[in-house]
Amino acid sequence: MKIQSKKLEVWYGNKQALHAVDLAMQEHTITALIGPSGCGKSTYLRCLNRMNDTIEGVVVKGGLLLDGYDVYEPGVDVVALRRRVGMVFQKANPFPKSIFDNVAFGLRLGPRIPKTELDGRVEQALTRAALWEEVRDRLTGSALGLSGGQQQRLCIARALAVEPEVLLMDEPTSALDPIATAKIEELLHGLADRYTIVIVTHNMQQAARVSDQTAFFFMGQLIEVAPTDDLFTHPTVKKTEEYITGRFG
Amino acid sequence: MEGASTYVHPVTTRNPLTGGGVRRAREAAIRGAFTLAALVSVGVLVGIFAVLFLQARESFGGNEGIAQSTLTPEQRALFTDVEFAALPAVPPPAPSVGRDFLGGTNWNPTGATAYYGVLPMVVSTLMVTLCALALAAPLGIGAAAWLAYVAPPRAREVIKPIIEVLAAIPSVVLGFVGIVVVGPALAHGFGLQSGLSAANGALLLAVMALPTIVSITEDALTAVPRDYVQASLALGADRWQTLVRVVLPAAQSGVVAALMLGMGRAIGETMTVLMACGNATAMPGSIFDPVRTLTATIAIELGETDVGSRHFHMLFAVGLVLFCMTFAVNLASEIAMRKSGGSRA
Ligand SMILES: Nc1ncnc2c1ncn2[C@@H]1O[C@H](COP(=O)(O)OP(=O)(O)O)[C@@H](O)[C@H]1O
Ligand SMILES: [Mg+2]
Repeated sequence: MKIQSKKLEVWYGNKQALHAVDLAMQEHTITALIGPSGCGKSTYLRCLNRMNDTIEGVVVKGGLLLDGYDVYEPGVDVVALRRRVGMVFQKANPFPKSIFDNVAFGLRLGPRIPKTELDGRVEQALTRAALWEEVRDRLTGSALGLSGGQQQRLCIARALAVEPEVLLMDEPTSALDPIATAKIEELLHGLADRYTIVIVTHNMQQAARVSDQTAFFFMGQLIEVAPTDDLFTHPTVKKTEEYITGRFG
Repeated sequence: MEGASTYVHPVTTRNPLTGGGVRRAREAAIRGAFTLAALVSVGVLVGIFAVLFLQARESFGGNEGIAQSTLTPEQRALFTDVEFAALPAVPPPAPSVGRDFLGGTNWNPTGATAYYGVLPMVVSTLMVTLCALALAAPLGIGAAAWLAYVAPPRAREVIKPIIEVLAAIPSVVLGFVGIVVVGPALAHGFGLQSGLSAANGALLLAVMALPTIVSITEDALTAVPRDYVQASLALGADRWQTLVRVVLPAAQSGVVAALMLGMGRAIGETMTVLMACGNATAMPGSIFDPVRTLTATIAIELGETDVGSRHFHMLFAVGLVLFCMTFAVNLASEIAMRKSGGSRA
């Protein structure tokens, strides 16, 4: 298993947001996390790269394994972890820098990379994010001049440039129009060959379209997890069925 | 807490995720540097307040309070003589005038031949101001970074207003502190005849600029969208890299504005430098020489000249030079802010 959580629990102060979540994800698969707003999807996602650490008062208990090693073990280098587990946010957040500098940002954090290699890796990342053709002539232009959908693909390229193993996406298309959304969904299929992807979505059609496995969260609990086709056609828990048939949420 | 975890961490070989000790040490060092900057800033500002308070308390002791004043006779003499020491009792008419104004190194409006060389004062002004900025900028930005990134929210809420209030220290009071405390300390520490020097003025102006720089820089740092910080951290940048590569560039115009406001206040500042710098009109050879700035020259001499005299008009020319310098500073800051607004490759 690429990722495995064992009785993972999260508190914000003394409010418990996740209850004993057991969830496993195979390498090079796409897992969708679904459930109504506030059920803990983002909280779970932020455990995987320890971005929860940046929130005051968060306590995480239980086990979370990446390639079998505990992510929360004392002494873990969070910075190194985040280079292996990339993240794309709900709202596209490119830096107010050029397109090139955005993609190169992560690459420049480590030891110096020769210019030709840097150029190559930026192009590669933009190509994988299906953005290269649109921006190849304006790499020095500001990233803020791109459309919303392009900005989000730029953020994907920026995350891919550091060659992570896992890519976390928190409702990456919720602010985008259907065409931009379709572009990103299409992109995801190709990315699964190289990366293990975890995507949070409140859009069940999207989960059904892009993922191999779907996990349904409700009130901080993992209610059901199954291969996507099974979960949407034969949910075994009543709550799941109510949710996917649109009876609440 | 029922249902709490019963999961036990597996006993494995060394977790390959652990490490990063060097980076952590570096971050701790930087954190320490910011904390130090904040401590020094607050310490200096509060210390000045304490000096004032202690000196003022003696005035309540009645007559013997003055007799027991901590001032040495020389220091006390300074209070009566400092502004007027450079002036002759009666300004004699100047029969002839030396040529050089901007390039001249001799300022002697009352000599047999009157010289109006303004260069020493330009150099003095630049020396005092730039040294002040060189001291205040790292300290102020460090303290602001501490407030914005390291300080617990509680401490921040208390310390930031304290620093801001200290922007209200009147300049004459700072000059007083310069004569009584900082100057003598400099003289003692560096074995100088008198501590009243460019260095003394620079230290005081740095203190004067500090609250402005800290407050505006901190505002600029906290105004940077959290999104940028999150994106940077998620890409594997540590907090230091995030500060230097993301937050400071995004806050650049605010930081430049903070420095320029601090510097603008320092260049135009009159009373503090007049009191603290020793007011020698000769070209300074080092930071420890007494100097007289453009502002101090105007303040000292204007009241003693005849309206309409050559000397009188020369002081206006000095004022024009001063104005050109402040204008240049403002222009430079404007350009810097414009530049940072656009995008670069
Ligand atoms: N920073 C935070 N501080 C306190 N509570 C939080 C914070 N973030 C999320 N929560 C709480 O944790 C629960 C789960 O939130 P979240 O993971 O954001 O849900 P989702 O992403 O499924 O909408 C919610 O009840 C939310 O109010
Ligand atoms: Mg969420």
